[in-house]
Amino acid sequence: MSIQTKPLNSSDAAVPSGPATSANSVVVDRLIYAFAGLAAILLAYNLYQIFMVLGDELQQGAIYRIIFFHVPAALTAFIGFFVAMVLSVVYLSTNNLKWDSLAAAINEVSLVFACVNIVTGSIWARIIWGIWWTWDYRLTSMLVCILIFFGYLLLRQSIDEPTQRARLSAALSIFGCVDIVIVWKSIEWFRTQHPGPVLSIRTGGGSMDPTMEAAIYRNLIPLLLIAISLVILRARQESTAREIDSLRRRLM
Amino acid sequence: MNGLSYAWAIARKDLAVEFRTKESLNAAGAFAIVILLLFSFAFDTASDEPAELAGKLLWLVFAFAGALIFNRGFAREMPNECLDALMASPIPAASLVVGKAFASFVLLLIVEAVSLFACGIFYNMNWTRRLPALFIVFVLATWGLSIVGAVFGALTVNLRLRELMLPVLIYPLMIPLLTGAIELTGALLTNQPLTPDVLLWGRVLIVFDVVFTSLAILLAEAILLN
Amino acid sequence: MAVIALDDVWKFFGNFPALKQVTLGLEPGSCCALLGRNGAGKTTLLRVLAGLSPFQRGSIEVLGSKVRSAEARRQTGFLGHGIGVYEDLTARENLRFFGRAAGAKLDETALNRWLKRVDLARVADSPVRQFSRGMRQRLALARTFQHEPQLFLLDEPFTSLDDRSIAMLGELLGEAQARGATMVLSTHQIREALAIASHVALLDQGQLRYFARRTDEMVEDPRTLYRIREELGIL
Repeated sequence: MSIQTKPLNSSDAAVPSGPATSANSVVVDRLIYAFAGLAAILLAYNLYQIFMVLGDELQQGAIYRIIFFHVPAALTAFIGFFVAMVLSVVYLSTNNLKWDSLAAAINEVSLVFACVNIVTGSIWARIIWGIWWTWDYRLTSMLVCILIFFGYLLLRQSIDEPTQRARLSAALSIFGCVDIVIVWKSIEWFRTQHPGPVLSIRTGGGSMDPTMEAAIYRNLIPLLLIAISLVILRARQESTAREIDSLRRRLM
Repeated sequence: MNGLSYAWAIARKDLAVEFRTKESLNAAGAFAIVILLLFSFAFDTASDEPAELAGKLLWLVFAFAGALIFNRGFAREMPNECLDALMASPIPAASLVVGKAFASFVLLLIVEAVSLFACGIFYNMNWTRRLPALFIVFVLATWGLSIVGAVFGALTVNLRLRELMLPVLIYPLMIPLLTGAIELTGALLTNQPLTPDVLLWGRVLIVFDVVFTSLAILLAEAILLN
Repeated sequence: MAVIALDDVWKFFGNFPALKQVTLGLEPGSCCALLGRNGAGKTTLLRVLAGLSPFQRGSIEVLGSKVRSAEARRQTGFLGHGIGVYEDLTARENLRFFGRAAGAKLDETALNRWLKRVDLARVADSPVRQFSRGMRQRLALARTFQHEPQLFLLDEPFTSLDDRSIAMLGELLGEAQARGATMVLSTHQIREALAIASHVALLDQGQLRYFARRTDEMVEDPRTLYRIREELGIL
């Protein structure tokens, strides 16, 4: 057997997840604007409802309104971490870096929402409890969550080779998400200062005014839309960064 | 040879090397004692119930000392690129991680025994009252620490900032385990009855061990190939 | 049956293809010299064949099983840039450990035979830490050859080894070839490689550009290879 081949052009090098073509990128642009625009409209409507229509809560007064951002931010973050874990599993089984970019983008955006949750919670606690922070188990869990995924970002930063970075961070994403489940399961076993579950999916209803609860869910939608447009933006940056890395390698 | 006997071969090799050089044993043991000593300045040791404090302190000491041991686990394979030789051999990656975890587990248990003994002397604490139960808690919690330590030792072994990254990544993950270990150890050292509340933490330890050992086995190959 | 069969293999680091469209088959008993400049993908190809590095597209069979299957790894001897022996174990312990790892049933007599073979019987029970460079390399050779693999993957064996080890490696490879083993070795030392090679493969930018039987002409005049390179347009 003897082989003699012509050199492949770099254009022949059909990479598994090449850079976005320009037509593709226009679609993605429109998608980002569409999601963000929709989020803005919904948010404006919700803010009007929250501040002008809904009345003050009996015991807490005006500050209770922070719950309309506090709870949906946490839900967005958890949905994100969970989806990112699923995508990490998908990446590990398909080896397609597109899923890695998406998982990384989602984890990063979710981390931001987790921070929103903890900051809004802290403001609320200052008013109601008179303290910024308490080592309540639920607060601690959210902090653990933030630390784990901050570690995720650190890990990604410290690895240069994109494929290795993808594999190792996928593993961390899976470990992190499972760990959060264990952490949150143990909440119910532990005395906690944080208000108990209020959403009717957890309590079976009755602990919260249905109009208020509906407002929480209604505000989840714009927050999710913001998260999605940020994720698309970040995922695209992530693939561009990978393309730049491969061009740099080509020059070396 | 099956996966477990491969893991055993790895663990035996690591322990043989460790007992010969005593690199991480000496470092981790000395570190543990130093921390226990430092704690004596930070806390009021003349308090009525030192055992209450000790339950908390001990697991912090073990987590810190553990990081030294876990760091060495896979770093030991780096000189002469032994990790490549191992990965090219028929040893499954999962056996490699479990074997490393087992070696760390044994070493950490030794450090823990020494610390407990030292703690008993320094803080005038009686730790022998409920030894069998204490032993079970130590075994469950130490295995959890070791398996996470081994996985993340493998994960960070090629990183530039290996020594720094490992603790940053593992401590947040270990929090449910450490909380459980602290609660149980505290109750046992202060000779309190194990109420159902406290016993639930035993369940956390078991769930943590089972879940993370399974994940380690599933993900070992993805982590170790590059 | 081919010992190694690569079919349209691609390996990527991110979007960068480190191996492109590599298709290659090696018959039992052949010895393939892998030539190419630094960064051409020689080490990558060897690591992929050894199952150390995953690839993204194509298929690789090693000795009739999928690459990185336990069976394929059992039959493979890999010697990378690092020599892969433990500094804190003795020579004997190293061989025993890796022999067991390779699933070989090695008794003490076999171990002693290998220690004698690489001239380390005298220091068999001293830790490798105290060994000279040459002694370590000979130990690494024993580690690679002791389980009598059917396939050898050697990365730059001639650069890291001293003269005596090279001579020993030549002998060991000759014996292995005589019992029908196959080998792939990457190298810059074209002369040494051609002396034992039956095939020559040229890699350039991750692509297999040339693969053919080694001709006598190549051995007599190593410039032949440079000429081939030029014809292919490899700078």
